[in-house]
Amino acid sequence: MLIVVQILLVCAVVLVSLVLMRGGSNARHLAIRRIMLLLFATAAVLSIFFPEVLSTVASWLGIGRGTDLVLYALIVSFLVFMATSYQRHRQTEISLTKLARRIAIDETERPWESPSR
Amino acid sequence: MSRTWVVIPMYNESTVVVDVIRGLLPTFPNVVCIDDGSTDECAQAARDAGAVVVQHPINLGQGAALQTGIEYALQDPGMDSIVTFDADGQHRVEDAREMVERLSSGEADIVLGSRFLDDRTKMGPVKRLVLKTAALQSKLATGMDLTDAHNGLRAISRSVAEDIHLTQNRMAHASELVNQLAVLEHRWVEHPVEIIYTDYSKAKGQSLLNSVNILAELFLR
Repeated sequence: MLIVVQILLVCAVVLVSLVLMRGGSNARHLAIRRIMLLLFATAAVLSIFFPEVLSTVASWLGIGRGTDLVLYALIVSFLVFMATSYQRHRQTEISLTKLARRIAIDETERPWESPSR
Repeated sequence: MSRTWVVIPMYNESTVVVDVIRGLLPTFPNVVCIDDGSTDECAQAARDAGAVVVQHPINLGQGAALQTGIEYALQDPGMDSIVTFDADGQHRVEDAREMVERLSSGEADIVLGSRFLDDRTKMGPVKRLVLKTAALQSKLATGMDLTDAHNGLRAISRSVAEDIHLTQNRMAHASELVNQLAVLEHRWVEHPVEIIYTDYSKAKGQSLLNSVNILAELFLR
């Protein structure tokens, strides 16, 4: 049973990472991230009032303890965070490159415009 | 009116770039150096040697410098071909001239230099293996049967230059260029060139570990 959960988790990680990496930072992905955050917050609050719920959910999934479930969730969200940060970093870098290139070319002489050269 | 622009990305190359420019000017009067945020005096040195210098305000990487050079040359309405040339003196002007001739004869839209088409270039077995692996990777990824995917000497016609948009700022730009060529279906041909490995170019050149970075940048687009 554990192996099934592990395979599911790995698939979730790969899928979510790919979806968020491919699409860039459009409104749909922002919405997905916010929904995920909302779910996470709700789960966190619930687990404070009903700690045993986590363990129950974990045992449904065949995971030993509630803390293990939290750990898995943490790993998934960390990987998603890494993927989105990388994507955002790339976008910033591309914009910065375009800006720097524009400045560099604009400041350069154009010998073909002055035939005296 | 036909003009060839030689594009030279440079980063802290003041000791060698002057000789490279002087060697090029008799054959190619239009040379543009892209100073990629150098901290030495190579921008002024290149200007004094007779080249046009485009200065990046910050260091962006060789791929970004190449794209800047291409976009600068595209602004010249009289430009009909671009030669990309390395600043460290490892390419021969004679090879570049022959490549532009093949371009203007209408044989192809882009002429790519290859050090594996004849036995002039001397290199170590490990470097040979790495370059061969890179060429094989491009072949598997694009279907283009290149013998040398990471050669900095190329002659590019205007129509191809207009279609090139390099976004890989650092070392993966050579593979990115090949990927874009494969999609565009321009006519390409390889030309035998000699790479002159001086102590300087060996010290500046890509270390073998850097091929790990190239692969990572390609897969994590």
